[in-house]
Amino acid sequence: MISLSHITLRAGTFHLRDLSLEIPAGSHTVLMGRTGSGKTTLLEGLCGLRPVLAGSVRIGGRDVTHLPPGGRGIGLVPQDGALFDHLSVRQHLGFALEVRGWSAERREARVRELADWLHLGPLLERLPAGLSGGERQRVALGRALSFEPPVLCLDEPLSALDDQTRQEILGLLAGLRSRSAITLLHITHNRSEAEQLADRILHLRDGRLES
Amino acid sequence: MAVLGGTYVVLLVAMVAADLFYTTPGHLWRALGSPEIRYAIRLSLLSCTLTTLLSLWVAVPIGYLMSRFDFPGRSLLDALLDIPIVLPPLVIGLSLLILFQTPPFRALERVFPVTYAVPSVILAQFMVACAFAVRTLRNTFAQINPRQEQVALTLGCSRSQAFWRVVLPSAKSGVLTAATLAWARALGEFGPILVFSGATRLKTEVLPTTVFLELSVGRLEAAVAVSLLMMASAVVALLLVRAWGGSGLRGVGSVRFE
Repeated sequence: MISLSHITLRAGTFHLRDLSLEIPAGSHTVLMGRTGSGKTTLLEGLCGLRPVLAGSVRIGGRDVTHLPPGGRGIGLVPQDGALFDHLSVRQHLGFALEVRGWSAERREARVRELADWLHLGPLLERLPAGLSGGERQRVALGRALSFEPPVLCLDEPLSALDDQTRQEILGLLAGLRSRSAITLLHITHNRSEAEQLADRILHLRDGRLES
Repeated sequence: MAVLGGTYVVLLVAMVAADLFYTTPGHLWRALGSPEIRYAIRLSLLSCTLTTLLSLWVAVPIGYLMSRFDFPGRSLLDALLDIPIVLPPLVIGLSLLILFQTPPFRALERVFPVTYAVPSVILAQFMVACAFAVRTLRNTFAQINPRQEQVALTLGCSRSQAFWRVVLPSAKSGVLTAATLAWARALGEFGPILVFSGATRLKTEVLPTTVFLELSVGRLEAAVAVSLLMMASAVVALLLVRAWGGSGLRGVGSVRFE
């Protein structure tokens, strides 16, 4: 379970104050709200990319408020994928595993497993510059899931995709929960995407969360 | 507009062509045979390379910090870093000379002579070349999406791992561009070197000094031959910058040869 308790976050002059949220383990929670309502700020606070000025963040009963991002067990898929320009698809899928000291055999097996699931097999040696929008998001998804984090955060991962590609990734995300007990927090502006995937839809409005 | 632009380009080409027609292979060969000029070529190559390495060493962290972090006095520091670009080169040489007259630097000179010696050449080149490298790298890092580093952090990288594994490799073409610009800028440096290092043959003579010295004794052929060598190096440097994509070049200004 993810538990945000009375947290305060700041992004420039914008503040989110005294915000609390509980996300049950294994659920798919969608966070909606207007541009500038603080959705991404909230996600960054959870991931450890923005300091939590007050309150606490707990994941699976563990207080992670002051842990670095890599120690929280959260995979992140940003809006534009944010792929690493100089690394191939294979290197993206193995990046976290190498940093985390997995053996070459385990790494290779995991990369193969992800490539099969995400249909990236023929693209393994390609650089991001040679990938389509949908392929880029599949790589970003594979990279975020590679180290088997218990939590996956998605920040508008489908916003720049055409309808067909969007459906393809939606299918992958829906299938993800049948493969693992992962907890998903998903930001989107798209209501049909939210209704298709979510167990619970939350709205961030004027710094408050509403169901 | 086309006539104005065309006139400038014709003038530019005519200038280079005039130099080319003025000199002969014999002049070039004689120039290359002179021990003084050979020394100047060696010192130029060595000092420019050291200056480039030093500039990158300093400009990579400054460029990264300036592109990523907001702190009090940032815009003041930003303006300060541009001073070597806008200051007249002679003033930089004079300022260095005066700096090395102050007690702490005079004490340093007793152990490690700088003024009117080879280290002064490198320092004079470095003061200007580094500013160009900083400007280039700052723009390069600013163009790299910070989300990439943030994702790297969630994947398990420390801040320094994210920099070495993600940011720096993404900035490769910008780093190469900065290195080439710093090298070319250092090769053309003359004013500060003349003031701070002097123009002593077989000691602090670099290629621009050679042009100046040969010109001052009326040996125009040798001066033109050495100028052509520098021109060829500049062209190669500019082609390399183009080949590396000129990343981060916006707002850098031009490679200036005095």
